[in-house]
Amino acid sequence: MVELSLPKNSQIKPGKTHKAAPGAKNIRNFKVYRYDPDTGENPRVDTYEVDMDACGPMVLDGLLKIKDEMDQTLTLRRSCREGICGSCAMNIDGRNTLACLKPIEECSGDVKVYPLPHMPVIKDLVPDLTQVYAQYESIEPWMKADTPAPPNGERMQSPEERAKLDGLWECILCFCCSTSCPSYWWNGDRYLGPAILLQAARWINDSRDEATGERLDNLEDPFRLYRCHTIMNCTQTCPKGLNPAKAIADIKMKMVERQG
Amino acid sequence: MPYNPSAYPIIDHDYDVVVVGAGGAGLRATFGMVQNGLKTACITKVFPTRSHTVAAQGGVGAALGNMAEDNWVWHMYDTVKGSDWLGDQDAIEYMCREAIPAVRELEHYGVPFSRTPEGKIYQRPFGGHMRNFGEAPVQRACAAADRTGHAILHTLYQQSLKYRAEFFVEYFAIDLIMDETGCRGVIALDMATGQLHRFRAHQTVLATGGYGRAYFSCTSAHTCTGDGSGMVARAGLPLQDMEFVQFHPTGVYGAGVLITEGARGEGGYLTNSAGERFMERYAPTAKDLASRDVVSRSMTMEIREGRGVGPEGDHIMLHLEHLGADVLWERLPGITETAKIFAGVDATKEPIPVLPTVHYNMGGVPTNYMGEVINPKSGKPDDVLPGLMAVGEAACVSVHGANRLGTNSLLDLVVFGRAAALRCKDIVKAGATHKPLPKNSAEMSLSRLDRLRYSKGPLTTAQIRKSMQRTMQNDAAVFRTAKTLKEGLDKMGEIAQTLKDISVTDRSLVFNTDLIEALELENLVPCALSTIAGAEARHESRGAQAHEDYPNRDDANWMKHTLAWVDDNYAVKLDYRPVHTYTLTDEVQYIAPKARVY
Ligand SMILES: Cc1cc2nc3c(=O)[nH]c(=O)nc-3n(C[C@H](O)[C@H](O)[C@H](O)COP(=O)(O)OP(=O)(O)OC[C@H]3O[C@@H](n4cnc5c(N)ncnc54)[C@H](O)[C@@H]3O)c2cc1C
Ligand code: SF4
Ligand code: SF4
Ligand code: FES
Repeated sequence: MVELSLPKNSQIKPGKTHKAAPGAKNIRNFKVYRYDPDTGENPRVDTYEVDMDACGPMVLDGLLKIKDEMDQTLTLRRSCREGICGSCAMNIDGRNTLACLKPIEECSGDVKVYPLPHMPVIKDLVPDLTQVYAQYESIEPWMKADTPAPPNGERMQSPEERAKLDGLWECILCFCCSTSCPSYWWNGDRYLGPAILLQAARWINDSRDEATGERLDNLEDPFRLYRCHTIMNCTQTCPKGLNPAKAIADIKMKMVERQG
Repeated sequence: MPYNPSAYPIIDHDYDVVVVGAGGAGLRATFGMVQNGLKTACITKVFPTRSHTVAAQGGVGAALGNMAEDNWVWHMYDTVKGSDWLGDQDAIEYMCREAIPAVRELEHYGVPFSRTPEGKIYQRPFGGHMRNFGEAPVQRACAAADRTGHAILHTLYQQSLKYRAEFFVEYFAIDLIMDETGCRGVIALDMATGQLHRFRAHQTVLATGGYGRAYFSCTSAHTCTGDGSGMVARAGLPLQDMEFVQFHPTGVYGAGVLITEGARGEGGYLTNSAGERFMERYAPTAKDLASRDVVSRSMTMEIREGRGVGPEGDHIMLHLEHLGADVLWERLPGITETAKIFAGVDATKEPIPVLPTVHYNMGGVPTNYMGEVINPKSGKPDDVLPGLMAVGEAACVSVHGANRLGTNSLLDLVVFGRAAALRCKDIVKAGATHKPLPKNSAEMSLSRLDRLRYSKGPLTTAQIRKSMQRTMQNDAAVFRTAKTLKEGLDKMGEIAQTLKDISVTDRSLVFNTDLIEALELENLVPCALSTIAGAEARHESRGAQAHEDYPNRDDANWMKHTLAWVDDNYAVKLDYRPVHTYTLTDEVQYIAPKARVY
């Protein structure tokens, strides 16, 4: 069952302040959520005074500067630093986004950094994504076709058919969308959420895939698909400019169409 | 102080094969193994789709001939020429021939390739890919817009799910388990819990990617830390051709993120401060589509001779605006976005400031074309080390020789990932019982882990890393001189010694990225050392090694692979092994060395 009461450790306490090196003139405060499972203490928000004169432009640059120069214990995921691997998804300035694509300049006031909301936290800014990954697997996101592929050539697909995948295949599985969706917050164990439904749409719309019926059957369920109430948070937050809400609406349309 | 082993209980696993890494190479190997009925574990320090392969942009090379006549033999010729004759031609033949079925297979798996009007895979021109043995550029790079790596990596992960491959995600492999017979498996740390795991396997496949992070400015991800090379060096095995580091001509000035060569393939060009298309002077035929080492050197020459752009005269301009917004948004949407975000430039209207940036490691763990790791002995330069394989950027097959052609890495991943699986089908018996491991199988991993975890020296990981990165950036750059290389080698030696002075602040075992970064640094340092040592010793210019004191290629003395052993005290020992000057079959002839003109 989902937990509707506030989980333990949800009370956040103010934390430590880490001062900038003396002489820093252009200071920006980073207020960063910290949670250390080893101590069992409640989470806290630490303040870091970051010297902007010696810092890259993105929030990720700020966080890595903190980790390199001020506090080695700060824990986050990062890899590509160019918005393509989906590692650094977090809640910045009240919005889910990628730290590596979010300019510090665009944040209002202190730079407030929290982990993706409503996910169990392993440590600091690192959420446990086991559930979403399992949900991804549950939609069987691979090519299904009974017609054998031509042995000496590709399956043909016209540019128009291929264009139907645009806006779907570019998803980087960062889960900014799912963790901004109120339906997913409250029914995340049964509702698939926008990221996974967008992936389902990616296969439903692929002219080469022959399992559309089976894929739709799989979603025909009061929870898996129909918990989407078109709140649109997902689309507003997607750092790659994708539109999961529309993808979900399209799947619902296809459901209606096939009932004929 | 010796560590207390009881502080680190270990969970044991037995597999036929364990693959370390879930980038393109690791995934292709993993599900290939499963397809062949082998019980396979794939260990990866990041979730598979976050591997660096996801960042590859331009395309994967194969002579499909979808746009105009093409031939895999031409592809082979271009690869040999691109490699500046340091590539092994048996392996190059294998790769270029297998490229065609390999890319079709990717399409069958569901990769969302861009399409031609008749519905075939779209192919674009790319640097160094030519028609009819160097005549004129050919369209050979099979592309999914400018996000080909993303398309391929996600598809390979999906196939791995289809085959129900077993993943150990966010597990960090620390060291190999070795005994007198060879490699027996690997020890890994479950990052989320701090639990240690021992994987016993008949074959261990390293697919850990490159080590771009040995340099200050690179297109590679933070996770490209040469972990496979580090493990191999600590196991007493050599690394090969590490001095060959590719600088990509078009990293975004400042940020270092990549603008694909496909941008020039689609018609983009470079200019200097006079607005001149200077590549026409350096490479009259291929121009902006000459091989990467050639373009990077030309750009550096322009900057040095005072024709760089900007207030500091320290970069070059890449023009795409003439292509028009429609073409950019259809064919190059990712880099149009990248230019906006990281250079603040609207590429549909203005040029993008770029600079040669560290991009790819031709060197790595030496292997044969079946993926087996080579442990050369005197008189037997091709001896195999039982139990260990390497694929992808971590490996040096060597198909890229002294300079990799664009699109040949994604190709390398799938061709040799598959080759490793085919080899294992032949040499591993599914479910065969394992011999007992040596008593001290976890000793090296645990003592390193414990030492770093409780280290309290005066330097942080970030400080040592930065010294290394600065030294490599300054002294092992696009152009190299005997003086800078010698100074750099000495400096790197000193930096390696400061690893004793490292401190880790986070003592926890739960998601301790402070500790992981320290372990990664211990992998980067042997990579950096062998790179600069190999470069210092190689008295010639070939491919990515442009030595100002030895400006010519010297086939008589230097057409050979460098081998570098890095010992526990970070002393480097060098030796050499011959380049394979033969092909795999009679279908093609050995391509003899000649001058390299584009
Ligand atoms: C920006 C950019 C663009 C590129 N574009 C192209 C292109 O268009 N065409 C082309 O052919 N090539 C391109 N390349 C090169 C190519 O992308 C890479 O060489 C290739 O993706 C490397 O793949 P890999 O599978 O060897 O390693 P990676 O994709 O780097 O994967 C390494 C894997 O190893 C795992 N790993 C590493 N260390 C450990 C450890 N200690 N324990 C456990 N797991 C570990 C990681 O988790 C990861 O899964 C590009 C490279 C860059 C940087
Ligand atoms: S549109 Fe649907 S999926 Fe998106 S936030 Fe709203 S409820 Fe969630
Ligand atoms: S749809 Fe957008 S926000 Fe959601 S997972 Fe994909 S890239 Fe991230
Ligand atoms: S670090 Fe890869 S998306 Fe931010």
